[in-house]
Amino acid sequence: MKRHLLSAADLSRDDALLVLDTAEELAAVAERATVKKLPTLRGRTVVNLFFEDSTRTRTSFELAAKRLSADVINFSAKGSSVSKGETLKDTALTLEAMGSDAVVIRHSWSGAPVNLARWVRGSVINAGDGTHEHPTQALLDAFTMRQRLGRLEGLRVTIVGDVLHSRVARSNVLLLHTLGAEVTLVAPPTLLPVGVEAWPAEVSYDLDAVLPKSDVVMMLRVQRERMGAAYFPSPREYSRRYGLDVRRAAALKDDTIVMHPGPMVRGMEIAPEVADGPRSTIVAQVANGVSVRMAVLYLLLGGSEPAIGASAHTGDHDRTERTDA
Amino acid sequence: MTAVPDRPKRPDSSGDPATARPVLTAPELARVVDRMAHELLEKTGGGADVVLLGIPTRGASLARRLAARITAFEGVGIPIGSLDITLYRDDLRLKSPRALEPTALPPGGIDGKLVVLVDDVLFSGRTVRAALDALADLGRPRAVQLAVLVDRGHRELPIRADYVGKNIPTSLRESVHVQLTEHDGQDAVLLGSAEAGREGR
Repeated sequence: MKRHLLSAADLSRDDALLVLDTAEELAAVAERATVKKLPTLRGRTVVNLFFEDSTRTRTSFELAAKRLSADVINFSAKGSSVSKGETLKDTALTLEAMGSDAVVIRHSWSGAPVNLARWVRGSVINAGDGTHEHPTQALLDAFTMRQRLGRLEGLRVTIVGDVLHSRVARSNVLLLHTLGAEVTLVAPPTLLPVGVEAWPAEVSYDLDAVLPKSDVVMMLRVQRERMGAAYFPSPREYSRRYGLDVRRAAALKDDTIVMHPGPMVRGMEIAPEVADGPRSTIVAQVANGVSVRMAVLYLLLGGSEPAIGASAHTGDHDRTERTDA
Repeated sequence: MTAVPDRPKRPDSSGDPATARPVLTAPELARVVDRMAHELLEKTGGGADVVLLGIPTRGASLARRLAARITAFEGVGIPIGSLDITLYRDDLRLKSPRALEPTALPPGGIDGKLVVLVDDVLFSGRTVRAALDALADLGRPRAVQLAVLVDRGHRELPIRADYVGKNIPTSLRESVHVQLTEHDGQDAVLLGSAEAGREGR
């Protein structure tokens, strides 16, 4: 049976909590063990199929798979047959023929992982598709929030910035809603997607009004490489209205944390003093990414059938029945 | 449900405890734990350097009880911990992935210590094999011993226990349930018949 992690919406509340709890145990293994490698996925092959530039996500998946003893093949579009005109489908079938058990895909097309899931037998994990979704980022963000604040239920999370181009924002809204947190999106009107009213989140244009009520502030990178037109008058004006500077950070509650999925543009959406300050979880997020991706790989590949996620064909939420107590 | 049988040691995974026959009652179980505590003290020369590592969930509870009895008898504190073996199992691919149980080592660690693994039922020996692999990744004990409440036979690996609460000869059609107050509301060891169509491993 096909089981994948394509969208944060594939995860039920129980699924998501199982991932977070599993990640917590796996993080403890890494801290405790003299040998950090686990034998769990020995003999399984994970292909990292990256059509877009990425350092932290690809490295994080690679490290996660290797810590579980899986074999990892890194495939980047540059310098591959893709540059000779091979289609995604042919690339996928080639990798499948080489015996991959899971494909971790990043692609600039929204929906590429969903298509891929129709073509390959193994699991497909979405590592970011266009402006659509990035479910493992949302999982590691939720993990980091729970680690720092002790809970997710009822947490007030403010996501600030380029929501329009952000797969991180979409996945976070979906997952945090599932987990019972209240999300507020703050962005200039030009950087909010059409249909945002239908998202399970509040929308505000006034950052200063929202900040003092927030438990978590997540800053998004302004994705200028995806911007063909002018979405705001100047970086300076954007920064003044929507950037988290020292003055704004001072308005936060004492225990509020500041997150950023990276890569960040210092001085644009976040001031260096804030990014490096005690509220910042930016480094912890990277470390937690490995544990969370280990948990996802274990739960999708570790058994005869996955413990989480949805099937590709139907996109529904039929769950793998757990036969074990 | 898949056709793959679970190791019939968890009450909710096979058999029906309601129709099962008690092999050890609560007072008998307490006496057996007392005896194991004495044996452990005797064989380890007073429990010096001993670390008890229970295999979750019931093994971890048994480790706590053994340590408490040893303290009651000799006044010495024995470091205890728990060791989850899920990620080291050899049957992971036969069923869907399980949730992980906590692993917790005592502050002094296990390097150079006499580690006594504690589990409720010794059956195929595969859990113990996985535990030995897990231990090797955590450190280097001076020696490793095994304490089990019930040895039901049918070993599939060359493994034996150093401390056995009770030997219960069983057929593969039978299932052994260890019940502990912390998890099941009562202390007992029950012998039942495995569900129709299920065979013990």
